[in-house]
Amino acid sequence: MKAKIVSYCKIKNNTVWVNGEKFYVDNQSVDITTFLAHLYKQLNLNYPKFFKMDNLCKLGILATELAIQNNSEFNNYEKDKVAISLSNNSSSIETDRNHIKTIADKNQYFPSPSLFVYTLPNIIIGEIAIKYKLTGENSFFISEKFDENLMCTYDSILLNEAQSSHTTAVIGGWVNVDGNEGEGFIYCLEKANFNPDRTGFSSSYNSETIHKFYNKTE
Amino acid sequence: MNTYLGANNIVSPLGFTTASNMEALLQGTAAVKQQHFPFSESLFCCSKIEETDLNTRFSRLSKIDAFTHLEKMCILSINDVVKQSGIDLKNKENLLIISTTKGNIDVLEGAYKNIDSHRGYLSEFAKTVGKFFDCGFAPLVVSNACISGLLAIIIAKRLIENKSYKNIIVCGADIISEFTLSGFKSFNALSEVPARPFDKNRIGINLGEAASSILLSSDAISTIKISSGNSANDANHISGPSRNGDGLFQAVKNTLGDSKIKTVDFISAHGTATEYNDEMESVAFSRAQLHQVPLNSLKGYYGHTLGAAGVLESVVAVQSLLSNTLIQSAGFDTKGTSHELNVIKKTEHKVINSCLKTASGFGGCNAAALFEKV
Amino acid sequence: MKELIENLKKQIIEQLNLAEVKPEDIDPNASLFGDGLGLDSIDALELIVLLEKNYGIKIQDPAAAKNIFSSIQSMADFIMANKK
Repeated sequence: MKAKIVSYCKIKNNTVWVNGEKFYVDNQSVDITTFLAHLYKQLNLNYPKFFKMDNLCKLGILATELAIQNNSEFNNYEKDKVAISLSNNSSSIETDRNHIKTIADKNQYFPSPSLFVYTLPNIIIGEIAIKYKLTGENSFFISEKFDENLMCTYDSILLNEAQSSHTTAVIGGWVNVDGNEGEGFIYCLEKANFNPDRTGFSSSYNSETIHKFYNKTE
Repeated sequence: MNTYLGANNIVSPLGFTTASNMEALLQGTAAVKQQHFPFSESLFCCSKIEETDLNTRFSRLSKIDAFTHLEKMCILSINDVVKQSGIDLKNKENLLIISTTKGNIDVLEGAYKNIDSHRGYLSEFAKTVGKFFDCGFAPLVVSNACISGLLAIIIAKRLIENKSYKNIIVCGADIISEFTLSGFKSFNALSEVPARPFDKNRIGINLGEAASSILLSSDAISTIKISSGNSANDANHISGPSRNGDGLFQAVKNTLGDSKIKTVDFISAHGTATEYNDEMESVAFSRAQLHQVPLNSLKGYYGHTLGAAGVLESVVAVQSLLSNTLIQSAGFDTKGTSHELNVIKKTEHKVINSCLKTASGFGGCNAAALFEKV
Repeated sequence: MKELIENLKKQIIEQLNLAEVKPEDIDPNASLFGDGLGLDSIDALELIVLLEKNYGIKIQDPAAAKNIFSSIQSMADFIMANKK
């Protein structure tokens, strides 16, 4: 395995962890929409597009922002060599349900284009690509649970691909929203030899470490 | 190491096998036609598989009311590939990958009384299909908008060359639903007449439904290989394609570069027949110096089959290579893009040895793959 | 007309999720797209839905939408001219 994980962010139950440390807790929000708005404010993002996104994309963008903020080398990557490789269980099901509501009543039949566009899980990949200008590889997988073996295998292929060097770093992980439940786990990976002298957090990338980091929510 | 493209199938209104579909394409028969749906006064031009035809076929395999429309399409398609190849999906050297955008979206719409609502989840849909074939692993699901099918084939190649699996069947599938018809209509993207990819008078897309499957293997099961493949993002807009064709250009450039070639014998393009998509493709192909390469889009025959499109069009590309046939791009008459393209106006037989397959989709995603004779 | 403009501002902010924009921030004559409010192509489609949903006006020719949606004022003018 020739990759290392250099930062990660986990968001669950109105709590945010960065590189395993508790970063933010919101005891007031009763629903995921309010929680995400609070966290956005906390991060001072100044990104109006955020409010146009569905909750899946909001969650993904905030987790990605925190993972990237804590990756000191991020600005040194060539942007066409950063891949985005994500997964979840529920696809875009929450927005799918909302789109169905707009077409349920024949007398109030107003499907909304700005809602419909979010009825695909990979729109979060597009949102991340736009915000951070990343034009590398894309993939969105569906699995019942966060599948560290699948993600580890595939991300390692991207970072190791022998015949070429299209990928230097990967924004990877899991972003799931179903009803009022949301869970985000986003990490930054880079080739082990990208900057051997980098300081700060760094760990070898394999399914054991990623499993441990995913579950580290004490 | 090579990855070969072998046994394949297409389930569409044009037939339930690759052979019947190819025969229809050679005769210029299109699956798209104008039809009414109970939810709208508008006409929709789309390609939809007759439920009765599907049930007649499926009843030879299993109980028709235990599965959704999409599951039946997928099972019939995969079953054909399993029968042709003898691949045992129980064996853990083998994997099933399913590519879809909306899966059993009709379950979420409440179309079935006897089907558990959980089947509206893509993972449950995939598990149901996998269970039919006693798959050793739960099928891997790729859901990446309109590049899903082609991306799934590229992912399969990578997994095989990583020695994670020996054989992978990729099945791409999506259905016609009120969900997608109403959504694309709100985008003002639908054409009420058959789609005309790359034509001056194109006005939008037709939607279509299909399931299509293909076997990829590290064994030399055929004379066609997938030599390289890549994806890339425009990083520009979540629904509008890049005006410079940036993402598609990058995917194509990397794919040709990996195989150290400059040009190909033909291009199986995405060509949805929307104003902006087709224009974007012409810019990207021109930047890649591929504007003189014969090119087609199959959307004029099948409509846009979303998660199935990349697999279905790859299957037709493989058959085109095997039979040395350039298939006419249905609906094209007059150049309608700012950059020159060599759109195939008449089906012809010609020795062809390589094909570039491309796809682009919402979320700014693009993919390209190179298929070559060994 | 003044009331219509104020209503339009509120409806646009709500429908297009312009959470950080206040009605008083919008100049009725300023451009909605490009440098003005910075709306994009999906927003334009959403405005077509807004006119149909809130005012019962269907835009038959999407090409005409560009002029109609150039500013809040032009939208209001269009609504006044086409209201049934």
